[in-house]
Amino acid sequence: MTKTKSALLVGVGGQGAILTAKVLVNGLMEAGYDVKMSEVHGMSQRGGSVSTQVHWGEKVNSPVIGKGAADIIVAFEKMEAVRYADYLKPDGIAVINDYEMASSSIAAGLTQYPEGCLEAMQAHFKCHVLKAGEIAQSLGSAKCMNIVLFGSMVKALGMDDVVDWEDVIARTVPPKFKELNLNAYRAGHEAVQA
Amino acid sequence: MDRKLLSGNEAIARGAYEAGVKVCSAYPGTPSTEIFENLPKYKDSLYCEWAPNEKVATEVAYGASIAGVRSLCAMKHVGVNVAADPIFTAAYNGVSGGMVIISADDPSMHSSQNEQDNRYYAKAAKIAMLEPSDSQECLDFMKAAYDFSEEYDMPVMVRTTTRVAHSKSLVATGERTEHEVPAYKRDTGKYISSPANAYRHHPKVEENLRKLTEYGKTSPLNRVEMNGTKIGVVTASIAYYYAKDAFPEDASFLKLGLTNPLPMDLIRDFAAKVDKLYVIEELDGFMEDQMKAAGIDCVGKELIGNMYELNPQIVKERVFGEKSPATDVGVTAVSRPPALCPGCPHRGFFYTMSKHKDFVIAGDIGCYTLGGSAPLNALDSVVCMGGGFSVAMGMAKAFEAAGITDKKVFGVLGDSTFFHSGMTGAAEIVYNNGNLIPVVLDNSITGMTGHQDNPGTGFNLEGDIAEKLAIEDILRSYGYKNVIIVDPQDLKAMEQAIQDALNSTERAAIIARRPCLLIKRIKHDIGKCKVDTTKCIGCRRCIGVGCPAIMIENKKAKIDMTQCVGCTVCAQVCPMGAISREEK
Repeated sequence: MTKTKSALLVGVGGQGAILTAKVLVNGLMEAGYDVKMSEVHGMSQRGGSVSTQVHWGEKVNSPVIGKGAADIIVAFEKMEAVRYADYLKPDGIAVINDYEMASSSIAAGLTQYPEGCLEAMQAHFKCHVLKAGEIAQSLGSAKCMNIVLFGSMVKALGMDDVVDWEDVIARTVPPKFKELNLNAYRAGHEAVQA
Repeated sequence: MDRKLLSGNEAIARGAYEAGVKVCSAYPGTPSTEIFENLPKYKDSLYCEWAPNEKVATEVAYGASIAGVRSLCAMKHVGVNVAADPIFTAAYNGVSGGMVIISADDPSMHSSQNEQDNRYYAKAAKIAMLEPSDSQECLDFMKAAYDFSEEYDMPVMVRTTTRVAHSKSLVATGERTEHEVPAYKRDTGKYISSPANAYRHHPKVEENLRKLTEYGKTSPLNRVEMNGTKIGVVTASIAYYYAKDAFPEDASFLKLGLTNPLPMDLIRDFAAKVDKLYVIEELDGFMEDQMKAAGIDCVGKELIGNMYELNPQIVKERVFGEKSPATDVGVTAVSRPPALCPGCPHRGFFYTMSKHKDFVIAGDIGCYTLGGSAPLNALDSVVCMGGGFSVAMGMAKAFEAAGITDKKVFGVLGDSTFFHSGMTGAAEIVYNNGNLIPVVLDNSITGMTGHQDNPGTGFNLEGDIAEKLAIEDILRSYGYKNVIIVDPQDLKAMEQAIQDALNSTERAAIIARRPCLLIKRIKHDIGKCKVDTTKCIGCRRCIGVGCPAIMIENKKAKIDMTQCVGCTVCAQVCPMGAISREEK
């Protein structure tokens, strides 16, 4: 098996993980990597837990990885980080959006949102925690939260030299959101201590 | 070479285009939907449409094949159940223009009601089946499939799974080759499936399969990768890549692309070259059982199991006992099931139904399946597309037969489902005098699969304006003298409609009509609802509507402004008038 890297982007349907994966994939392709990406569509998109996987290297076989095999998890919501934590390698990295979204059973008061999601992740993995939603809001729109997290991911994985990411973002997002997303990328990048 | 990142579905659409396909028909269904969403970009070269259901789609494709052009139909695995009738007979008659049927299976049931293994359909129908492993193969196999179809005179099934259909990988595309259409000539001996013709056709089908089996020995779609002689792996579809990652580098592979009929001689030769033979396939032991029946010693399902998706780690664990280095962080995430969106028009209907404990409600496949989830809990059954009306009919007849009189029965389905196969159930209820109320939840789109048009929306797949069929006109013409059309978001009106239908002296049906909020071409009335915490008594009544935007915080209702669209269903159930809508 050739050496490959894999990222797992997890969140709640509608948070924009797919666009983040698209930027990542576009950059990796330009850098000459073989890339495979896997998403699940359909019912789970209706407010359910969603995950997108990106797997890259010189030659990639399976588009998906199994438990204990991801190099990085980017969690758009902190309980989702815990849900997919077992997919992370023991020396894997987690970028976690410090943001809480109740599930229907929590909202209904039938169960509690689990305590200590961040602490549990930090106790086991190298973690970068940021309030990406607030950062995005301060830049002008909560919608660029996904690119904030992408900036953090690039920094956390030490992928600055892979490709000119700002250039990739500029060409991937709609033109009218270019500046917003570039600022989001930079802010996310800065929010992470290498 | 210039390569593009394409999903399996995009690559299948591209492959059909390059193969010179001219007529394409499908009904949407995850994970097959994006094939047809990608076809309109080629509409200068081909015709594509959404059909009312998979059977119609298959018949349209087959008709096109009889007329001499290359054709395509696509569906999710359970769609093949609907389309099975024309498929099995098309297999006997054969084709004129090449015909491909896409079956997109869904191991692990990401978006399905079962995980049936449709490879058995190809075997039962006696047609060729190709199984691509990645997007490049999706494109290449499509082109091969059309050649096979014409050469061996049969429709060809191309079978994908969710991971093949929805994974993206790099693809080198080619140019379109026009398929030459022969002059049309009536051929009754071939295309009229009378018993006498069918009797004559069967030996031809068997002979073509035999030739195809022979071809499988040398087909470039079946590939031997010899690396060592200790371990051999027979595999196909996405499982090939899982096995490549899981097995040691000196393992040899027989990677099959043409999996029905299985090239048993090739498999036997491969088996003879290795000490130990494994079969790695998802779901059932389709290949393994046939190999064992042919006397080939191999190991597969006893280790791998026959349920759910595999991945490289699962294969490693089950074959070699290698545990994954998974970490338990000690905190358990609460499950996050999908829910009706904020502002979903189905919410008002299901909330109203949930208040009546004597209602028995047979549901159907679509977003409204979620009406059966907590806290709405307003469904008794969900079986299949179009089943809402007919299953309800059976329940109503059973209650009558058993002398049970305290139940009121409803059959519920959506607009697209009504056109798919709900109309026959609607006819059944009138014809056989059913004691139940059929309800069409008309949100004016095929919602769950991601917004495809249907005969009721007024648009077609290519985005043009189409004849818009009125559900109320159809129901009236069937004999529903009292068709009640109601806005389900108005809870009082919704309750009234239900009571009116139950008390109607004429045969009644309900259409709960409000377009899905996610339809882009409609301007929706969006607002925000706010809780006045001084009025809120924390009674939790609003939580009962099951809206993702409303929750309890510090014993008071709280609305998430980023999610709320101001539908006011929660406000209508609040006994204190604590929730009000603010215009934006």
